Amino acid sequence: QQIQENLNKQLLDNLVSFLIRSHSEFQEKTTEWTCRMKFREIPTAALVLGVNVTDHDLTFRGVSDALQDNITPYIALLEAKDCPGIKNLMQKLMGQLMNCDVDVDSLEDENCVQVSQNRTRCSMSSLISWYENATKKTDSETPSRKRNSSSRHWQSPPVVVIFKDMESFTTKVLQDFIVISSQHIHELPLVLIFGIATSPMIIHRLLPHSVSSLLCIELFQSLSCKEHLSTIIDKLLLTSQFPFKLGEKVLQVLINIFLYHDFSVQNFIKGFQLCIVEHFYSQPLSVLCCHLVDVKKRINSLSHDQCENIRRLPSFRRYVEKQVSEKQIALLTNDNFLKEETERLLEDLHVYHENYVSVLRCLHVFTSSLPKYPLGKQIRELHCACLENRVWETEEYESFLQLARMLNKTDLVTMLQQCVEILMSSSGKEFDKTVEKLKEFLTQFQNLEAEACQEQDVSVSSQKELQKKTDLYHLQKTLLELKESRRSKKLTKFEMLRFEVVDSIDSLVRQYLVPADARALHEVVYFNAATVLRGHLNAAPRTALHTALNNPHWYLKNKALKCDGGGISNKAPDICIVYKLHLECGRLINLVDWLEAFSTVVMAAEEPNADAASSDQVDDIIHARFIRAVSELELLGFIKPSKQKTDHVARLTWGGC
Amino acid sequence: MSRPEGTRSGRRSLQVKFVPDEEVLKHITDDSGVKVRKDKTQLSVSVKTFVKKLEKITDNEAQEILEEKNYVAALGVCAQEPMGNGSNISGGEVYSFQTPKRSSKMAELASELAQTPEQNANPDHSKCPEKMAESPQSSSKCVSSSNACFFSLLLQSKSKEFVSTTPYRLRKRLAAADPYLDSESEYSASCSEEEDEEDQKEVSTVLSGQKTPAKIKVASTPPPRNSLAKKNKEEKMDSLVEEYFEAHSSSKVLTSDRTLQKLRKRRLNQQTLHDLLQKAPLAYAAEIKDLNQQHESLFSKWMLQLHLGFNIVLYGLGSKRDLLEKFRTSLLQDSVHLVVNGYFPSITVRSILNSITEEVLDHTGTFRSPLDQLEFIIKRFKEDSSLELYVLIHNLDSQMLRGERSQQILAQLSSLPSIYLIASIDHINAPLMWDQAKLSLYNWLWYETTTFSPYVEETSYENSLLVQQSGSLALSSLMHVLHSLTLNARGIFRLLAQHQLEKKDSPSYPGLSFHDFYQQCREAFLVNSDLTLRAQLTEFRDHKLIRTKRGADGVEYLVIPVDDRTLTDFLEKEEEDV
Repeated sequence: QQIQENLNKQLLDNLVSFLIRSHSEFQEKTTEWTCRMKFREIPTAALVLGVNVTDHDLTFRGVSDALQDNITPYIALLEAKDCPGIKNLMQKLMGQLMNCDVDVDSLEDENCVQVSQNRTRCSMSSLISWYENATKKTDSETPSRKRNSSSRHWQSPPVVVIFKDMESFTTKVLQDFIVISSQHIHELPLVLIFGIATSPMIIHRLLPHSVSSLLCIELFQSLSCKEHLSTIIDKLLLTSQFPFKLGEKVLQVLINIFLYHDFSVQNFIKGFQLCIVEHFYSQPLSVLCCHLVDVKKRINSLSHDQCENIRRLPSFRRYVEKQVSEKQIALLTNDNFLKEETERLLEDLHVYHENYVSVLRCLHVFTSSLPKYPLGKQIRELHCACLENRVWETEEYESFLQLARMLNKTDLVTMLQQCVEILMSSSGKEFDKTVEKLKEFLTQFQNLEAEACQEQDVSVSSQKELQKKTDLYHLQKTLLELKESRRSKKLTKFEMLRFEVVDSIDSLVRQYLVPADARALHEVVYFNAATVLRGHLNAAPRTALHTALNNPHWYLKNKALKCDGGGISNKAPDICIVYKLHLECGRLINLVDWLEAFSTVVMAAEEPNADAASSDQVDDIIHARFIRAVSELELLGFIKPSKQKTDHVARLTWGGC
Repeated sequence: MSRPEGTRSGRRSLQVKFVPDEEVLKHITDDSGVKVRKDKTQLSVSVKTFVKKLEKITDNEAQEILEEKNYVAALGVCAQEPMGNGSNISGGEVYSFQTPKRSSKMAELASELAQTPEQNANPDHSKCPEKMAESPQSSSKCVSSSNACFFSLLLQSKSKEFVSTTPYRLRKRLAAADPYLDSESEYSASCSEEEDEEDQKEVSTVLSGQKTPAKIKVASTPPPRNSLAKKNKEEKMDSLVEEYFEAHSSSKVLTSDRTLQKLRKRRLNQQTLHDLLQKAPLAYAAEIKDLNQQHESLFSKWMLQLHLGFNIVLYGLGSKRDLLEKFRTSLLQDSVHLVVNGYFPSITVRSILNSITEEVLDHTGTFRSPLDQLEFIIKRFKEDSSLELYVLIHNLDSQMLRGERSQQILAQLSSLPSIYLIASIDHINAPLMWDQAKLSLYNWLWYETTTFSPYVEETSYENSLLVQQSGSLALSSLMHVLHSLTLNARGIFRLLAQHQLEKKDSPSYPGLSFHDFYQQCREAFLVNSDLTLRAQLTEFRDHKLIRTKRGADGVEYLVIPVDDRTLTDFLEKEEEDV
């Protein structure tokens, strides 16, 4: 569990640093541009952030932190839900600014009083007077102390107001605020930042021209969320430093949720965290999922039970079966030997990952530039394909090879160069040879260029020859020959070379991109329970309800409930029977009929002891059970009482018309 | 519903050709509402149209199933194993027809079921006697499937000259059913014996009365909405959407007019209901226990995940209250926790926040708004990292908490790292409460905990139609109030009650107009002036004994807002007293 938390932290840090980095460009721009503030108009930045609303929080936090560090201590973050009216907006604004002030000046007493006073009369003028006070204070009282902390701050730092979700503000409030503040722009250097989820057009739709002309808007486009995602995948999954890996299905689930549901990087991270938690919780051998440095220590501390666990892993069993018999026995009986072997295997796995990543990147270099992207445009698609099964057995790979054999030279050379760079930068030692080989290819290509010039000469000369011959018969003959030679033409040197290159890439792929589940002990680091993940993240409560009501056998493993198809046994729980009956009804359901139908079904189920003597009592109980079932359905939202007719309920769901 | 079946039944229908064809035609027009070309009177032609119709319908149905499948797919049903059940159930299957295999059982059940429609059927009304010819043959065809049985019964009853409202489609099914049944006579005999419980005069009543049971009981017929909708329609609509609006725009829904009052059974009040349910044994207790144990094994995992910043939401059929309680008692004994009974009808977010500030944070002050309070709580929890709070909410989706603002507040609360929220939802549309922003605040992990245990606590606050909230109460209070009144006043009230009971059968009875009432009261020497009556009525109104309505002509009408049974009982009691 300790490890888990560490990993989680690492993950979050990663995310935050990444987000901040991705937005540093904005900040730089903002700094530049706040310098040349105009006086008539309010400088405004519009950040187009995209639809992944949930991530905006982090972004804004990053932006405001960065601003605080670099430009100004006075920042207010406003959200639409806090500001239903201009008054609330001003209050909120004042409050936040004052708090900033408190942080900077640490003059708590005075300011607290101020805050409480300002509660009642928040106006622009009070804001201005406060601002003057504050700036004066910082200038006069504590210049020496401030120098270190805010040396980068301007002499009169601007007040930055960030509107987090511009679209959901009421237009009136925004307009008023802008008009008011534009009147005071001389005294109060105000900067607005709008967060926009849809498109920059929204500003003009929300604000009339008279208002928007008061703004001096500059547009910033944030990176699309897909790019965020690929960065994260790059950083987390395609590195060998991070010991935990995702299985193919899990990754697919996460990516699907991202692409089809929310576009939220945060949710992706959440899913990833959940994977980690699940993995460490459910897989007893996940202790071994750590950095290579610690592996040895941990393996030595393994107990006998844990060793047994290792022996039980299917991948390990497969591995054992391949060994010679003495070794098999040793592996299955001797704990120490097992430990050594495990360590070796884990190291292998690590090396495999290193190689895998670099080769994957190489392959991606090739595939990403091919027409129609047979193996996917993004590296994550390629990654999935490689994890799923042997990539070289797929049709897409075939078409990739064919396309690669048709590449032109310049592309091929640049790709090869990229590959060489990638392989050089990777830490794997096995790549020396391949790097050499690729380099050789490169030099050959250069040689080819020289040769090609010569070849051209030759062809030109042949052309000349052709022109010389004026004789019709000869002409025909030579033309035929030419044709013939073209058809059966031997491959040029370039083509030969190209084939060689492709073949070498192919062999690389075959060697290194073996799917992970073929490796021994892959269970230790790979998390594969995609269904669990999906159940927790992307649950389908309606389906669960539906199943429980339609097919109670699924949950209650009782033989009496077992029945096929859409039918339902009459011994099913009351609510199931009632539900089933109600499905047959139209928009309105007559309770009496319903009750009768229910009681007949139940009576049929209980028929052995349905005597005439106790029938009255039984009736009451059935009645009561019916009432309970109906009110449960009401609670579940399937029906509601209806006033259209006496003793009727209305159906609310699923074709209730 | 593939085409082969359609043609098969078409072929079957060829066997029925001795039925006078104009009557077949009439049936088709009557029942399915599908246009039939009237000019085709020839026998063979009519059969052809028959087949055509069948194909049309099957096409329509197939399309419908397809669309439902799409819908379910769009719901995000996953094709994985634990939820595999879900994926197997395409939307189409929800409605589609499937022959149960345990035929004998179901047939038995159906025979039970089949007795009910006869009860309110009146044999005097005849409209389509032509069924006589068809019924023997068709009944010889069906046995294995319950609904087939039932329909043959319907046909039998038709032979006893019923108004036939059997949807055309159902008849098709009947024809398509496997030809196993030997005879249906004993059913019909048993049916005919008990067809006199109520007599209903109006044809329409019979019509609808017979129709609804059919709809209810045939457990595997296609959704009757089509037949219903078609009935109201002149032309056949292609798209489901239009059908939907069609069905909803027409306020006419055909259901039987029977009410619970006519059922000679006393209504149950909350207490007796509870007692009775106590007596009734819980079905499948062992299996339910197994399920619960399965869920309980997850407790420690929940704890871990709660501590890692996730919040947990439980869904699935059955009350999750006991499960949460168990979780609480087993793991949260030593920590600060707050249990919120969301199903309680007067719970508010404010009360939740109050209990946090007052009991957890020991703060005795009031707040101007829930938002302020929330801010205060957030501040306190951020300041003091040792503060931890578990919040258990039963029914997060209850009436009172499902509002947007309350959910927003709860979401913000749950996003605090030291507040651990574990909640349960039951309503099918509960997930619609949350938008992206709230979901990310909540940071849910979903757990399916289907328990099948009855919602005892949760439903006890619901105002169910069936539970008698006021019946006996109303009577006693009526008596009580009236006993404290003068004799004259009681007389006045009795007069009104009698009048209302006399008119109870006319559905458009607006109430007794004030003027008439005054006249009657004068004749009975109960009042001497307009004013005294008015004063008396005001007193009644204050006790909610009567209600006044203004009619379209501006005349004031007086009604006693008590159901007829209670009123009768009341009058009987009064008679005894006098």
